Amino acid sequence: MSQRKLEIWVGLFVSVAIVSFAVLAFSVSGLSLKGEGDNYYLEASFTNIGGLKPRAPVKLGGVVVGRVDSIYLDKENYTPVVKMSMLESQGFYPETSSMAILTSGLLGEQYIGLTPGFIDEGIDMLGDGDIVEDTKSALVLEDLIGQFIYSINKED
Amino acid sequence: MQVLMHTFQSIGHYSLQKMQGLGLAVLMLKRTLLTKPHPKLFHLFIAQMYHIGILSLPIIMTSGLFIGMVLSLQGYYALVDYAAEESLGSLVAHSLLRELGPVVAALVFTGRAGSALTAEIGLMQSTEQISSMEMMAVSPFKRIIAPRLIAGIIALPLLTLIFNVIAIWGGYLIGVSWLGVDGGAFWSVMQNSVGFSADVMNGMIKSVVFAFIITWVALFNGFHVVPNPQGISRATTKSVVTASLLVLGMDFLLTVFMFGG
Repeated sequence: MSQRKLEIWVGLFVSVAIVSFAVLAFSVSGLSLKGEGDNYYLEASFTNIGGLKPRAPVKLGGVVVGRVDSIYLDKENYTPVVKMSMLESQGFYPETSSMAILTSGLLGEQYIGLTPGFIDEGIDMLGDGDIVEDTKSALVLEDLIGQFIYSINKED
Repeated sequence: MQVLMHTFQSIGHYSLQKMQGLGLAVLMLKRTLLTKPHPKLFHLFIAQMYHIGILSLPIIMTSGLFIGMVLSLQGYYALVDYAAEESLGSLVAHSLLRELGPVVAALVFTGRAGSALTAEIGLMQSTEQISSMEMMAVSPFKRIIAPRLIAGIIALPLLTLIFNVIAIWGGYLIGVSWLGVDGGAFWSVMQNSVGFSADVMNGMIKSVVFAFIITWVALFNGFHVVPNPQGISRATTKSVVTASLLVLGMDFLLTVFMFGG
């Protein structure tokens, strides 16, 4: 086989491999070149975060509007604080908004549900570094069972 | 007492022999890589890419397609009991990118290209082509070993990429077209759970390591062959067995390092 033909075959082979790499990167792992756009950070403290993990989504009515950036413990109050990076492209929310840790499905991953509050005079929008005051913690199964048993005993 | 001494002697003999083999293999690598490259290295490399890479494509693509289809079929039956068959895409992609893709492609490559390399160089050695090359002051390491080593290290990761894509496509074919999993969920669950650096790149790192091991073992066994027909057949068997076992062992180690912590 001539050198030219060999080079054509090898060129084709390498091109197919590069296309495969692109398919794996973009179509299979969902890598996107432009990123998710600009972010701003919000913080919220919960009494119990359950099984929430970094990179868990923040959803508003099912639409992903941000992700959990990091989780740390506030050493003075002994409460976990969740730092979230919110997508600027999805807009801003009033400071009366509340957050709750919810579970997708019965056994699914935990995420943060954002409920937007009312907008009125004298109510600002949440900006970078602001803290969401109104939060609801994750439901812990053991606590639920405990409350259930307690309420049964009370009726007797 | 005599028996005990004899046992120790045979253990010592065996270990020394193995260490000597390892030393020879490292020396071969040093003579191949730490020298000025052959002037026609690129042309030789292209020819080897054809023989090692392109001629392995049919078997890599066929095995990829079937592995993907089987994975999808078995995964579906396991997941459907928990009504979680929409995670099929994630299951198929994870197992392929992290483990099956690099390992199965490496094993197939060992059988297809590794054995051919050993037999080729073994025959060159036993017909004294390599000695005559040395006589003409042409380094066989530069002229014969180097292009094959480089072509092997580059070809296997490329083959693994193609293997992965075809296998995922095969999984999609079975899962979505035959078993009726929702196509949109198949891709979106896959994209949400597969990470680029965690899964795709780690699989590629594995593949490069396996490529190096396989080509090195195959070339070494061919180069240090016992120069007769039986020797060549033994060397070919040995190179396939050693390379396959090393790939599997290395895979365990790499998995522990990459995904164990």
